[in-house]
Amino acid sequence: MKPAAALLVLALATPAFAQTAKIEVPYTQFTLPNGLRVILHEDHRVPMVTVNVWYHVGSARERTGRTGFAHLFEHLMFMGSGHVKPGQFDEWLEAAGGDNNGSTENDRTNYWINIPSSSLELALFLESDRMGYLLDTMTPQTVDAQRDVVKNERRQSYENRPYGMADIALGEMLYPEGHPYHWPVIGYMPDLTAASYDDVVAYFKTYYAPSNASLVVAGDLDTAKARALVEKWFGDVKAGAPVDPITVPGVALHGVQQKTMTDKVQLPRLSLAWLTPPHLAPADAALDIVSDILAGGKNSRLYKRLVYDMQIAQDVSAAQNSQALSSHFLIEATPRPGHTVDELKKVIDEEIAKLQRESPSQHEMERSFNQIEASFYNRMERTGGFGGKADQLNAYITQTGDPDWFNEDLGRYRALSASDVQAAAAQFLPKDRRVELTVMPEGSK
Amino acid sequence: MTLRRYALTLIAAVVIATAAPAAQQAPDRTHPPQPGPPSELAQPKIEKRQLSNGMPVWTVEMHKVPVVQVNLQIFSGTADDPAGKFGVASLMNAMLEEGAGSRSALEIADAVDLLGADLGAGVGIDGAGVRLHVPVARLADALPIMADEVMRPTFPKDELERQRRERLTNLLQARDDPATIAALGFSRMLYGPTHRYGTAMLGTGATIAALTPEDLRAIYAATFRPSNAALLVVGDVTADRVMPMLESNFGGWKTQAGAVAHAALAAAPEPATRQIYLIDKPDAAQSQIRIGWIGVPRSTPDYFPIQVMNTILGGSFSSRLNMNLREKHGYAYGAGSGFDMRAGAGPFAASAGVQTDKTAESLKEFFNEFNAILQPVPADELARAKNYVALRFPGGFETTGDISRKLEDQLLYHLPDDYYSTYVQHIQAVTSADVQRVAQKYIQPARFVVVVVGDLKKIEPGVRAMNLGPIKVVTIDDIFGPAPAIHN
Repeated sequence: MKPAAALLVLALATPAFAQTAKIEVPYTQFTLPNGLRVILHEDHRVPMVTVNVWYHVGSARERTGRTGFAHLFEHLMFMGSGHVKPGQFDEWLEAAGGDNNGSTENDRTNYWINIPSSSLELALFLESDRMGYLLDTMTPQTVDAQRDVVKNERRQSYENRPYGMADIALGEMLYPEGHPYHWPVIGYMPDLTAASYDDVVAYFKTYYAPSNASLVVAGDLDTAKARALVEKWFGDVKAGAPVDPITVPGVALHGVQQKTMTDKVQLPRLSLAWLTPPHLAPADAALDIVSDILAGGKNSRLYKRLVYDMQIAQDVSAAQNSQALSSHFLIEATPRPGHTVDELKKVIDEEIAKLQRESPSQHEMERSFNQIEASFYNRMERTGGFGGKADQLNAYITQTGDPDWFNEDLGRYRALSASDVQAAAAQFLPKDRRVELTVMPEGSK
Repeated sequence: MTLRRYALTLIAAVVIATAAPAAQQAPDRTHPPQPGPPSELAQPKIEKRQLSNGMPVWTVEMHKVPVVQVNLQIFSGTADDPAGKFGVASLMNAMLEEGAGSRSALEIADAVDLLGADLGAGVGIDGAGVRLHVPVARLADALPIMADEVMRPTFPKDELERQRRERLTNLLQARDDPATIAALGFSRMLYGPTHRYGTAMLGTGATIAALTPEDLRAIYAATFRPSNAALLVVGDVTADRVMPMLESNFGGWKTQAGAVAHAALAAAPEPATRQIYLIDKPDAAQSQIRIGWIGVPRSTPDYFPIQVMNTILGGSFSSRLNMNLREKHGYAYGAGSGFDMRAGAGPFAASAGVQTDKTAESLKEFFNEFNAILQPVPADELARAKNYVALRFPGGFETTGDISRKLEDQLLYHLPDDYYSTYVQHIQAVTSADVQRVAQKYIQPARFVVVVVGDLKKIEPGVRAMNLGPIKVVTIDDIFGPAPAIHN
């Protein structure tokens, strides 16, 4: 394929105020005999490539007493492998002008290397070596070292961050004990202490087989040459046993779960949360629009009333947090000094009730859709790293089986009517079945 | 470094794969594939024109994604805030979105959101800007709103009061976050209360409370002029197509002529001896540490050696500070260092959040690394740092936003036209002697300021026992001023 092949093809007919371009991300796809699914995508804007791997496992696979393990394991993936001594992974990549990182969520773990295209083979060597030979250099001392780092990550990102512990409490209130979304991805301190070398071995053998992963290589590459290099370096990675699909009983909130906690903060914060349909299920997209209508921009209903008109809140946000097994819809607001969370809750409830009663205006629908649509174009600008095109291709593979699901995804929003949005608010944001979490400043009341 | 071997390996691999694609012989993993010769970045071509009022327009074409970035850059920032009015540029810039032309704040937001555009006014220490990112099909609809914000802000009184309360509340909430307290505390202890760099861009509770609409209009009139501005356009347009649109929206902008006065920043004296400041955050799970002193201005002739030296010390994952505090000792999630270069000499700071019971141990390791960087750097470590900075450089030209920021820097700091095209060779020219020279000049641990925000009842005895230097306990009020009173 020629580098000039247009990423976005201008459509012929241009409706008065509609977007004019279709999103196209041309790719080549194949599966290695060991089960690794591979996607190649060319984009020659800058002489860089990205190697992006998703393992289809996250904290949802953890067992009681070992929370935080998926993320601790992610850290161990940077500590060397069969043919790469500890420290060399980063040193070699940096010596080639490469950057790398990884992240863990409930449902997946991802890794990326951005590197000049002339060093693509080094990145493939390192990525394949840890996929095939991680355990060859793993030691209990390595686990201990990263255990300390991860504990400090927990301290920095949760314990020492304003309102940080509320994020953890929300999951615990939304999901019953034993549900894989009940515990935080970062894990509990005693569980991090308990994680062992034997756990690492078992986890790698169970979940890090090539058939439980997908690889995207994107950027300034020649598809035929890149394919040969991928086959060369990943071909000898041993196949593993298939991973059973995760099964969890359906969850529902019965009644209102209330909790008040304290934190070292100046102002209280209110969090209201509901269990909502999983990512890509019916109503998932409609709830994205609901969040926009409630709190996206100055003219959104909650922002306008609480922050702009009444000025009783410092901020308000709303989001449908979409995940594979179950999602949650979260509204958060911080009262201004002299105001209370109850004042905010009253207004929030009024606005939700109104949206449940009456469809949003066509103007609100159009405003929300146009912003979502523009975000799809903006997402085409970067190839590597978190959220770049390679990461998006891997996300769509994981979520739909189809890497090029951009237009289908955007189509979910285009298909929505105002009454769909009203119906989603009515069905999924009931006032009598939700979580109400309040953070109060220490020493207040 | 050998550059050729990699290309040969690549060709061999292709031949093997073509001949027998199914044969999966294990590759030789005993040596890592060698980095190949660096690919050349085709430098973005800048088309330089100007509007009829003299305002420069720089355009870079990027046709892969149908979006465009348009930045109206102003060459004045918070460093130009007059004494006693710290925060005025920040508030004035925010107010550009709160009423302009015939539109109210809500009408501006509605029109921008309806276009699927991002339009924002923001300020930095040396510059300000109104920046637009929009699907190119809607550029013509978005530009008039942007032009209103730049040329016809109305500074409505009630919106000012709302912004004022929001900012005072932000300042109140900043006291919650140990990392924010440490960063601001470090600047304050280095530069003091009168130098602009010693106070947050937002200002203080006292200055924010006192700013008037007249103050905003005065700083607007003094700095928002076509003679103190430039337009940067990057994206799916051509100069020929975009110039008439810019001319009709911005060409009629006429203000007072003449040079724009820039506030003369007092030269802040470097600390003569080491000084330790402790700030209490009871029950904090970590101590936030900042160590350093006043660094260099953006115009420093030592820019390239400093980049390389800092990459080794704390500017990359494999840097010494991160390897020591994170990977070797596990005291921190991460540690690093950086020179914040501005028109004037900005701070050099090394930083980390460390677990409370290892605070003194962490301070010791910071100083071990400061002392070690004064010694000659091993050749392989130097080569790695140079390659890390040089070879990834092309990656910073990928998006419309990336390139527009590069152009902003070029204008703001008067970088020569060949600055980006010669960047890599300047980095590769840095020698071991250069690194040692700039380390000894700019890393002087005996004169560093140390700021630690943490649980003093647990950390103070250990820090005192280290005898690093005189210790002063300061309060959050010493840094932020008294907590602002906020009335609705």
